[in-house]
Amino acid sequence: MDTLVAQLQRQFRDYTISLYHQGFLDDQFTELKKLQDECSPDFVAEVVSLFFEDCEKLIGNMARALDQTGNVDFSLVGSSVHQLKGSSSSVGAKRVKGLCVTFKECCDSQNFEGCVRCLQQVDIEYKSLKAKLQDLFNLEQQIVQAGGRIPQVDI
Amino acid sequence: MATKSMGDIEKIKKKLNVLIVDDDPLNLIIHEKIIKAIGGISQTANNGEEAVIIHRDGGSSFDLILMDKEMPERDGVSTTKKLREMEVKSMIVGVTSLADNEEERRAFMEAGLNHCLAKPLTKDKIIPLINQLMDA
Repeated sequence: MDTLVAQLQRQFRDYTISLYHQGFLDDQFTELKKLQDECSPDFVAEVVSLFFEDCEKLIGNMARALDQTGNVDFSLVGSSVHQLKGSSSSVGAKRVKGLCVTFKECCDSQNFEGCVRCLQQVDIEYKSLKAKLQDLFNLEQQIVQAGGRIPQVDI
Repeated sequence: MATKSMGDIEKIKKKLNVLIVDDDPLNLIIHEKIIKAIGGISQTANNGEEAVIIHRDGGSSFDLILMDKEMPERDGVSTTKKLREMEVKSMIVGVTSLADNEEERRAFMEAGLNHCLAKPLTKDKIIPLINQLMDA
């Protein structure tokens, strides 16, 4: 019969794999995990937290810019999209990064409806990723509190 | 520095001294961690102008400078040109976005870079450059 630790570790492994297979995360997230060590055990959580702060700020900027009906500064929107694409690339947020590519194209072609749609999708996607990563970090905490080690997951 | 190039970066005897120039706090944290992971020490500058001031005021000497391209105050191209005018001999590696086209990358290289890498940076991208530094 599985111990609690073994069950949690299996859950953690399965959940991590699903996040990659469903396209939420890519190799860059793996690279961040490799940088985490005993000296900085919360490194990934800190980086990810900064990323989500970035998302909120940039999405706010884009929303305000798109709200200027008839006078939208698409280059301003595009600049925020570019920054978000960079941040999402740095943490391995694959779906958010992918949406930014489409979003940037809409900005470049000054497609207002396209931009609004992309903004909505980016907002949904980053919130979804935030919830999923929180679940992942909670699982890590549960494993550690149960006296176990967080397993390395090969993707 | 070790006297021969090697795959095992942990054998570096002298701490690699790196200046990381980037306006994105997220990139600064990640790049600092990468440098630490490969046995180096780092200092950061939030834009090109800060990087120039660090060299002008502190007489600092870095083995490696990681230079972001798009920054406020002074961008990576302008900063690289300025540092070379100041006779800074460090290896300067430009860090570009995939959105940058070939012409933009070439202009960045011509400003005085030794190398150009695309974001996101990883240990695997940086280690070959460190080996090159160690061979020099």
